[in-house]
Amino acid sequence: MNIFMQGILWVLEPAHYGGVDGIETRVGQHLLISIGVLAVASIIAIPLGYVIGHTGRGRSLAIGASGAIRALPTLGLLIIIALVVNVGLLAPFIALVVLAIPSILAGAYSGFEAVDRRGIDAARAVGMTELQIVGRVEMPLGLPLLIGGLRTASLQVIATATLADYVGGGGVGHFIFLGLKTNDYPQMLAGSILVILLAILSEVLFSVVQRLVIPAGVTAARPQDVRVRSTRSRAALG
Amino acid sequence: MFTARKGRLVALGAVVVGAAIALSGCASSNPISGGSGSGAKTTLVVGSQDYYSNEIVAEIYSQALENGGFTIDRQFKIGQREVYLPELESGKIDVFPEYIGSLDQALNKKAAGGSAADVAKDLASVLPTGLRVLDRAGAADQNSWTVTSAFAKKYELTDIASLKKVTEPILVGGNSELATRPYGPDALKAKYGVTTAGLTAIEDSGGPLTVKALLDNKIQLANIYTASPLIKTDNLVVLKDPDNLFFPDNVAPIVSKKVTTKAADILNRVNAKLSRSDLVSLNSESVTDQKSAPAIAKAWLTKNGLLK
Repeated sequence: MNIFMQGILWVLEPAHYGGVDGIETRVGQHLLISIGVLAVASIIAIPLGYVIGHTGRGRSLAIGASGAIRALPTLGLLIIIALVVNVGLLAPFIALVVLAIPSILAGAYSGFEAVDRRGIDAARAVGMTELQIVGRVEMPLGLPLLIGGLRTASLQVIATATLADYVGGGGVGHFIFLGLKTNDYPQMLAGSILVILLAILSEVLFSVVQRLVIPAGVTAARPQDVRVRSTRSRAALG
Repeated sequence: MFTARKGRLVALGAVVVGAAIALSGCASSNPISGGSGSGAKTTLVVGSQDYYSNEIVAEIYSQALENGGFTIDRQFKIGQREVYLPELESGKIDVFPEYIGSLDQALNKKAAGGSAADVAKDLASVLPTGLRVLDRAGAADQNSWTVTSAFAKKYELTDIASLKKVTEPILVGGNSELATRPYGPDALKAKYGVTTAGLTAIEDSGGPLTVKALLDNKIQLANIYTASPLIKTDNLVVLKDPDNLFFPDNVAPIVSKKVTTKAADILNRVNAKLSRSDLVSLNSESVTDQKSAPAIAKAWLTKNGLLK
């Protein structure tokens, strides 16, 4: 039986559920960590992105800083922070928030930048205040790109949250570390399979959210991909 | 925005990157493969655990052997015992600095323990054919159950059994594989009736993260190796082990058939000079002075007159 099958069987084994190291406990911790990280990163990145996108100022600084932050290895950052704040969830949480911010920031400000300038001009012309423009014009129209940024960030966070258990922060990383250290490759693979399942879940959720949240006017305004059909019913000769 | 030309460039780039990755996978040889013996100069493969202290000892062995005329292929930081033991047994590694107690317990589930001499004898009898253990050093690097001096004073802790006096929940911290080790939390429960409140996984093998967690009382009990210089600098208390829960862990090289008497003599001479306090100071040079393993090894060998 190949190793992949063994990994799947490990996940399905009922003895691995229940208790502090049970699959459902660890998956639950993993989800909570990921959702928490995304929430905090959104609170930081979305308003910042909106300001950058609306005023157009600080864009190059934001791009440069995001690029530099993206290059930081999360495990290294996690350990450095843990040496200051100690073991537990806080260090990985901070490191993961740092990981998630660039994608969400990029989604927020590029969403604003993608809004048609004429629409914004029109909004100014009818007398909307800047805040009204942000709230009623730019935010709804910038939603597709923002959701895209959140989607990317969510995938990165779910995959990297496996590092949380390096310092005892909980999550599915436990199976990967324990499996790796004790040569229990089915367990290690089972951890990876669980992360993959969570990632697929995230993708599905975000595509549903994308459909629900984007205003009808935005989707209607998208150019239809209509193939030009010939008006002739069959090829004419000569 | 995404033109056909850009699409083709991206596709071409993806193919190049994919090919590079696939080809590099084909090209890389087994990293544990032993060096080929080229006539008079035999190449010996020296391995080490993914533990800085073990790497220093492996480097000492390597430099001593090179000084004796051997070519050494260093394969350091391989990983935990479960990873390198099969490689040792299959002959892909020739010299490996090991700790007699931990190895004995790993190979012989029914090992009785005892003094260092007892354990070394038992180990010699359970090693797979093709491997032998050379003379052990005075230096030992035990696993241990360690607490802070404040915690020890609070509950008047002296040895492992005295942990029963503790009234607050005892959180254990250490590598995740501690849960499966024969001296782990399960053994504490079975042998001493000490119930622990759980294992917080800290994957740095008793390193700075574990010590910091111990000092800040995030965990109350940790597995710190006895040769760690942090025990002295941070005032930690190693709980005494009168029942030999931890087997004596003297350093001894495990060698394969390829290691001749000449090489074995070199290693035995090194081990004869490696004392317990020596190991602690070697570790201290790495941890506190941040010196590299080769530099530390060279300095120690020169000081002990082992380099011609």
